[in-house]
Amino acid sequence: MNNLMPRNDLFLLLGFTAVVLTMPIWLAPFGAGYPDLLQRFMIFGIFAVGFNILFGLTGYLSFGHAAFFGVGSYAAVWSFKLLTLDAIPAMIFAVLISGLFALLIGFLCLRRSGIYFSILTLAFAQMSYNLAYSVLTPITNGETGLQLTINDPRVLDAAMGQGFAGQPVPTLLGQQMSGYAGFYFCAGFLILSFFIAQRIAGSPFGMMLKAIKSNQTRMQFTGFNTRPYALSAFVISGMYAGLAGALLAVTDPLAGAERMQWTASGEVVLMTILGGVGTLVGPVIGAWIIKYFENILSALNDNILARFWSFLPDGVADVVVKVTSKFVGDGWHLTLGLVFVIIVIFLPGGIMEGVRRLAALFRRSGSSSAKPSARTQPAE
Amino acid sequence: MFEVIFLQFLNGLDKGAAYALIALGLTLVFGTLGVVNFAHGALFMLGAFCAVTVRMFLTMETVTVDPERLSPWGTPLEVREPLVQAWLGDFGAVLVNYSVPLSILITIPIMLLVGIALERGIIKHFYKRPHAEQILVTFGLAIVAQEVIKSIFGPNPIPQPMPTDLRGAADIGAFLGMQANVITYPLWRLIYFVFAGVVIGGVFAFLQFTTFGMVVRAGMADRETVGLLGINIDRRFTIMFGLAAVVAGMAGVMYTPLLPPNYHLGMDFLVLSFVVVVVGGMGSLPGAVAAGFLLGILQSFASMNQVKAIIPGIDQIIIYLVAVVILLVRPRGLMGRRGVMES
Repeated sequence: MNNLMPRNDLFLLLGFTAVVLTMPIWLAPFGAGYPDLLQRFMIFGIFAVGFNILFGLTGYLSFGHAAFFGVGSYAAVWSFKLLTLDAIPAMIFAVLISGLFALLIGFLCLRRSGIYFSILTLAFAQMSYNLAYSVLTPITNGETGLQLTINDPRVLDAAMGQGFAGQPVPTLLGQQMSGYAGFYFCAGFLILSFFIAQRIAGSPFGMMLKAIKSNQTRMQFTGFNTRPYALSAFVISGMYAGLAGALLAVTDPLAGAERMQWTASGEVVLMTILGGVGTLVGPVIGAWIIKYFENILSALNDNILARFWSFLPDGVADVVVKVTSKFVGDGWHLTLGLVFVIIVIFLPGGIMEGVRRLAALFRRSGSSSAKPSARTQPAE
Repeated sequence: MFEVIFLQFLNGLDKGAAYALIALGLTLVFGTLGVVNFAHGALFMLGAFCAVTVRMFLTMETVTVDPERLSPWGTPLEVREPLVQAWLGDFGAVLVNYSVPLSILITIPIMLLVGIALERGIIKHFYKRPHAEQILVTFGLAIVAQEVIKSIFGPNPIPQPMPTDLRGAADIGAFLGMQANVITYPLWRLIYFVFAGVVIGGVFAFLQFTTFGMVVRAGMADRETVGLLGINIDRRFTIMFGLAAVVAGMAGVMYTPLLPPNYHLGMDFLVLSFVVVVVGGMGSLPGAVAAGFLLGILQSFASMNQVKAIIPGIDQIIIYLVAVVILLVRPRGLMGRRGVMES
């Protein structure tokens, strides 16, 4: 479908690139224009795009994707420790390791579908999490988390004769990756990931994946063996998760097991659903929204709320502050849960479906025929 | 050696009983309504917090500051007077002491209402939707429930003391004619096990020997035909959802003395109980109960030091490992019916 309309694809990609690269500018008025948060936007955007390749295209709901994220983080940190502090080898290493891990787990889990697949992935993820905390402590450093130390071997760096003073930090070709450099590094990867996902969704391979989602039995009757396709999607999706995990390790080289917990897997599910399953842009937007509100809402406290509601009469304002304070700060997960339930009930297609409905509404009223459909282009 | 094995077996029973109770409720919901309920762990947690609430009310006290007397810190002494004792005397003290078992009486109607409201309010609309969406909406509900509890009771575990008379240990070895004081078992765990047995037996008897249960079983086998016979099967299934919520809630109440409840108690148990259901076989009630006890006992054996010495870390993963093996080798689970969610 998409390869018949490469122009639309190209516009979507260019638009997406422009939006991502200018983020520090247009997010500044919203109080989110600082590198640390923007990096998280990029990282979880990649995670969600990858998750969508599995869930959105094939319909397999994995509840254990955080395992690959965690494995990617660990692999990247080990690459920093053993090989070199340069980020590129770490990314490659992390993507390979998490891909292999996904191949193993996917091979087993994809023998079942539906709820059994979800439970199997959940079981594997919980196993990885529990092991990372207990027996695998020599590899994962348990509860403390894996971190860089001055005495790490760093074979390649040593061979190149590079020495370091102070706390080792990941670099890219000798440049430190802090601040906006880190953001643009992550942004590059997000755009690349988005491009690959776009090509996959538009390719014959992508059509196969969508066919698995709409009717796997019929596809098998037509003579296709669906397992290799689903497995490829699973591995690609796992590699995306590993890439995201590695990027998180690049920006913050401390890998902890809590990244693998099943609630972390649940978070990426939330992001994808909130944004719109099966669309290209949706999961990214979902990830941005969740990370943005996590950051903004959890920073609010009673004083800020009191100032915000100060235009109300005193008694009313007190009550309103009391009520709203339950939904922000530590309670922001409550807001997230409520929004999520409402989305699943009323708008199963997520925000992208909402946008599409609005666009359809505008088009029907006839005022604009030129409403750009690039952003609302569904992947299916 | 026999004593050690027997003791581990007993240790597995109370955890197994909790798994079995939660899995029983999950299976009831799945078998009747065909809904995969990720909010079931939250119902367990809500039950536990019913017990917390009851105890809070029972231990309410008035605090008056007596300026005449000083506390050891030199501040005016606060005189605390427990209200229930003041009103009811010794009987009040007994009430406070037995607050956990007593809360069951209050938990039953509350959980029944919660269950029915949940089913009528939200889950009803998801029968025709794919399982993935049922999982998602109930997962969202579970998050909401746990966050509401967190914002009311705070993030820390709230210990619930068990009644003083039941704090000791039972000498099961002596009871069975073995040497005294070799196999002793905390009394409350024994009570939990017996309680679980009674509840499970009650649910099975209800389904097996009452007209209502017969209709429900018929509906589980063939919902459409039962509907065509002029029976309002939807209403009965709604009540079954309420019943499942009650079972989960009661299991939560009785578990509070063993594990101080906190807001993510439900999520902790949810994953395990889903694994239990899958191992037992989706939709099979005896399977859920058997798998619950089986996994509880297996977990207890896996945490023995002798076993851990052979396979390190096995206690952390045994349940998931069993689930993975069972699912791959026998997708129907231990006792699953043919054709239920098979693929």
